[in-house]
Amino acid sequence: MRRLFALATVLALSVASAGAASAAVGLKPEARDWSFDGVTGTYDRNALRRGLQVYLEVCASCHSLNLVAYRHLGGVGFSAEEIKAIAAEFEVEDGPNEEGEMFTRPARATDPFPQPFANDQEARAANSGALPPDLSVINKARKGGANYMYALLTGYREEAPQGFEMMEGMSYNDYFPGHQIAMPPPLVEDGVEYADGTKASVEQMSADVTIFLEWAGEPGMEDRKRLGIKVLLFLLVLTAMLFALKRKIWADLH
Amino acid sequence: MATPTWNNPIVKWIDYRLPVFSFMHHELVDYPTPRNLNYWWNFGSLAGIVLVIMIATGIWLAMHYMPHVDYAFDSVERIMRDVNYGWLLRYVHMNGGSMFFIVVYIHVFRGLYYGSYKNPREILWIMGVFILLAMMATAFMGYVLPWGQMSFWAATVITSLFSAVPLVGDAIVSWLWGGFAVDNPTLNRFFSLHYLLPFIIFALVFVHLWALHVHKSSNPLGIDMKGPQDSIPFHPYYTIKDTFGLGVLMVIWMFFVFFAPNFFLEPDNYIEANPLVTPAHIVPEWYLMPFYAILRAITFDIWFIPAKLIGVVAMFASILILLFLPWLDTSKVRSAKFRPIYKQFFWIFFVDCLILGWIGANPPDALFMDTVPLLIIGQIGTAYYFLHFVLVFPLLGWLERPRMVPESISAAVVAAEPPAPGSV
Repeated sequence: MRRLFALATVLALSVASAGAASAAVGLKPEARDWSFDGVTGTYDRNALRRGLQVYLEVCASCHSLNLVAYRHLGGVGFSAEEIKAIAAEFEVEDGPNEEGEMFTRPARATDPFPQPFANDQEARAANSGALPPDLSVINKARKGGANYMYALLTGYREEAPQGFEMMEGMSYNDYFPGHQIAMPPPLVEDGVEYADGTKASVEQMSADVTIFLEWAGEPGMEDRKRLGIKVLLFLLVLTAMLFALKRKIWADLH
Repeated sequence: MATPTWNNPIVKWIDYRLPVFSFMHHELVDYPTPRNLNYWWNFGSLAGIVLVIMIATGIWLAMHYMPHVDYAFDSVERIMRDVNYGWLLRYVHMNGGSMFFIVVYIHVFRGLYYGSYKNPREILWIMGVFILLAMMATAFMGYVLPWGQMSFWAATVITSLFSAVPLVGDAIVSWLWGGFAVDNPTLNRFFSLHYLLPFIIFALVFVHLWALHVHKSSNPLGIDMKGPQDSIPFHPYYTIKDTFGLGVLMVIWMFFVFFAPNFFLEPDNYIEANPLVTPAHIVPEWYLMPFYAILRAITFDIWFIPAKLIGVVAMFASILILLFLPWLDTSKVRSAKFRPIYKQFFWIFFVDCLILGWIGANPPDALFMDTVPLLIIGQIGTAYYFLHFVLVFPLLGWLERPRMVPESISAAVVAAEPPAPGSV
């Protein structure tokens, strides 16, 4: 039986590693070290602020972030005053007022981030038919998560490899499934001027905005992990005590 | 095991009119349990506790969830972001589904290994199969509720299966959908049924336990308890053992909840459902994959019966065949401990289920080691799955020569253990 079981394990492992390769898949993204990895992982606040800046100045012109409101930016490390100030830079439509008219006003902390397009049709019309996805949970919605996001943002090539047929208006990306992506390379050297003076290389901006998007997808991650450590320590001690108790109670059986 | 006398006047008053205290004392405290149960017997009570946790977290999630195609996805995210500890409720519930199936599958395989389904526990086993079926239906509909891409397309694929029914297939599918596609009416009814079914499972569990308490637990030796020397009272021996087991399960479950909450989930389900975009690979949750592999293994018509219909029938048959197991297994010996050949086949069957699960997770046209199409492996696995029931079980009962079964539980326990006091 034991031999069979060992055989089964070996078989299952070899089978799992064989995988199913297919031409429609992009390259496997390289695993990077992220500050939010591991049981004590946290978001790097400076990277979050820079990532927010990249999102607002670059990504936000096409991509919505529907699930994030300005008030959530407390998690990025902004104070209530700063959040108010950031929100006030944006105009949002509100209403109807008492005359039945819609009007615009500066955004408040409670408002969600504004959408770049009025509807999907407008978004497609402005992007040669492609629909820029909402980025709220984008890292969770892609195999490889943050590693994939970073690889995608840094994985553009100016020229497709020889013999690769490109469709009109598409860009070649090593990591995008099928390699043809409708989004042109979004980040260029010094595309933003970081408030903290960090050099805005493509790699730097990619990493920062990836961290920001990770936060947007899981804003409660730090609380979760902090609570998790306490819960698991408690459970481990409790379970060890239960085991001791079990042995003690069963000891009189023989 | 006489009825206890109650000293507390209130307890006494109530018990005289409605003997709940005597009942609980009889079924949970005095209840005679075989003294030789190993840890594989923990999983029944674990499954019951997981069910209660799932119902509790589910009720709270339902307070915030909105079963509407326009709001379902966002309402789940609102639970994650804006509801106090909503992320905890959701991650406990979401991972609880996987934990439930892990626990129940171990429970089922324990039953298969130790022959727990044999005379006189056939109805107990059959109730268990009904619970498994109800769990699968509940899990499938629960998976649809977040209205992600996999939710939508799993719902589409699985409900469309019923179109294979001759003549009335399409009518059945429209009736299931409440329209001409998976849409708002489908989501509404799935939510309604996802809320209802756990309570039906709860009732089935009650019947399952009722049947259990008539002839009591089986045990690793597969022989009946013959007297008080073979049994120990459920409390404190198994209450503490089950509580310890619960602690271990909680450590594992909470590890996933807090540190790898999306481990079991397809990333595609964080993309809101879109009827116009089909995901590259539509896959069910891991616990349904072996059955999905069986469904897809049938690619050939038999006479005038279309492959799709045979696949659907095979998929349902793969679970329903368990109902007949007490009669397919012709061996009088319960435990695989005394069945050297069956023991080997048990592990072959276990590996077969793992292989089918792996096939179900991958596209059928993919190749294993660049040579063998997965489809072929799935077909062989499916064939063995059914042969194991209709051929191996009946034949082994006749052909196999079981080992000597011990006289009694206490005789075996005393013989197996050193006489030193205090040893466990």
